Amino acid sequence: MATTPATTPATHPGPARDSHAVRVRGLRKSYGDKQAVDGIDLDIERGEVFALLGPNGAGKTTTVEILEGYRHRDGGEVDVLGADPASAGRSWRSRIGIVLQTSNENAELTVEEMVRHFALYYPGSRDPDEVIAAVGLEEKRRARMRALSGGQRRRLDVALGIVGNPELLFLDEPTTGFDPQARRDFWDLVRSLRSDGTTILLTTHYLDEAEQLADRVAVIASGRIVALDTPERLGGRMAHRARVRWEEDGAVREESTDAPTRFVVDLAGRFDGEVPGLQVVRPSLEDVYLSLIGDVEDAAAELARSTR
Amino acid sequence: MTSPTTSTTSGTARPRPQRTPSVVGLGVARTRIELREFFRERDSMVFTFAFPVIMLFIFGAVFSGDIGGGVSFTQYFTAGMIASGIALSSFQSLAIGIAVERDDGALKRLRGTPMPPAAYFLGKIGLVLVTSVVQTAVLLAVGKLFYGLDLPTSGGLWLRFAWIFVLGTAAGTVVGIAYSSVPRSSRSAGAVVSPVVIVLQFISGVFFVYSQLPGWMQNIAAVFPLKWLAQGMRSVFLPADFATQETGGTWALGQTALVLAAWTVVGLLLALRTFRWQRRDAG
Repeated sequence: MATTPATTPATHPGPARDSHAVRVRGLRKSYGDKQAVDGIDLDIERGEVFALLGPNGAGKTTTVEILEGYRHRDGGEVDVLGADPASAGRSWRSRIGIVLQTSNENAELTVEEMVRHFALYYPGSRDPDEVIAAVGLEEKRRARMRALSGGQRRRLDVALGIVGNPELLFLDEPTTGFDPQARRDFWDLVRSLRSDGTTILLTTHYLDEAEQLADRVAVIASGRIVALDTPERLGGRMAHRARVRWEEDGAVREESTDAPTRFVVDLAGRFDGEVPGLQVVRPSLEDVYLSLIGDVEDAAAELARSTR
Repeated sequence: MTSPTTSTTSGTARPRPQRTPSVVGLGVARTRIELREFFRERDSMVFTFAFPVIMLFIFGAVFSGDIGGGVSFTQYFTAGMIASGIALSSFQSLAIGIAVERDDGALKRLRGTPMPPAAYFLGKIGLVLVTSVVQTAVLLAVGKLFYGLDLPTSGGLWLRFAWIFVLGTAAGTVVGIAYSSVPRSSRSAGAVVSPVVIVLQFISGVFFVYSQLPGWMQNIAAVFPLKWLAQGMRSVFLPADFATQETGGTWALGQTALVLAAWTVVGLLLALRTFRWQRRDAG
């Protein structure tokens, strides 16, 4: 399946007319001397899948946990489904779903009991049987939680996160530890949630996951957003230029260009036929991401040297 | 609290019912799920129920005689074991259990749902009530069957038993919830919680006859609820004239009620102020 188009996301008919599910301005949070989040602005439209990428310690989890209401911010404005998560109450929590990064409860309860119990918390929950089927745990419905594999447990986490039929779903590194088939199944599940109109904020380490699922991607590094766009356009035009490689005079040469076809035609003319070692490479999202992160880290190292 | 009434489920045509689940209803649901989990953790369940009985067997075998006035040592000791059983199934099991739930992320997950915190605490209270009633019933039944334990004969004594039981359970529950924030992790929870009950059992007149303890030890024990709980249970299970053997020469029931109520209030305030849904290392 190709990347989902960024156009016409289905909207969840909620009480607010505002088209934003999340709006963040100048968000800041520090732990001691460390500025974990250093002035983040973010707008997430209703109905879109928004991915937050970044290395460990970049401020991803801190940002998301402030949006979820788990942590308090030091500064800035945060609006999630029309409320401030720091003071929002039960009715607000009924409209969001949270799949946390890790949980390792060794509950003696079965999959079915957990999902049914969590469904009781919400005023408009989904049918627990449908939810169990949607995450592919039908065969494990009577299995106790402690007997589940890592991937099955993660699916249960997702089931508990969506059983309340949330308007906005937070997925924090949802497929860590999945085998390839389980990841593809999970991606299908996310796509079906999206087509139901659920807004999804996804954090992930997997670039292909963001590329597959996200309408828009933000890259966060050192507590700031360093790039924000659709997966196809992330990092700007320069970052997506094709690179043409060939061998000449016993050395590998490389040229970055917007017009690789024309360049190769010219090369072919110069070599009068076959160009030795010819390659035309389009950067993957991963290449773009690594160069973005690398730039930030270089800048940070530069700053550290100059202020010493 | 009301929810927005206009939002509907999308994708399917199913309307979103807008009943906000009641706190009491969810408290009952929490109690049921807590009990289900408790009874499935068979090792921990068996030990919780068997521990006071095992202690009764051991002490019954070692001290088989009378303590005077035609009262067997077992009769005296049963009163103390009921008291420490309450301390174990309220204070100890909650302090350890909640510390584990905090460490493994179960509490954080609950916090991310619209479950009202009061429902969680109601569930814990329900769990403690059921387990301590079962535990006490098992102990009394075994005492009656094997050691000829004399059960209270008057309705007045059973009433006294009931209020002391309820107040002691309430104090142990709220203090246990508050104390669950002390262990830094689930691995340290047992080591941080268990000694509290063990030490209190020795100085509060459970394992030793209270009036024979050194005065300074009695004074320390008198600060804590277990001493009063044990003394209250003695007032139910020992003949009335044994009151003269207590330190003040009376059962001091009024003071017992006051001390247990004070611990309940202070424990509740502490629990409300210090309760955390996340590990200490979380920001």
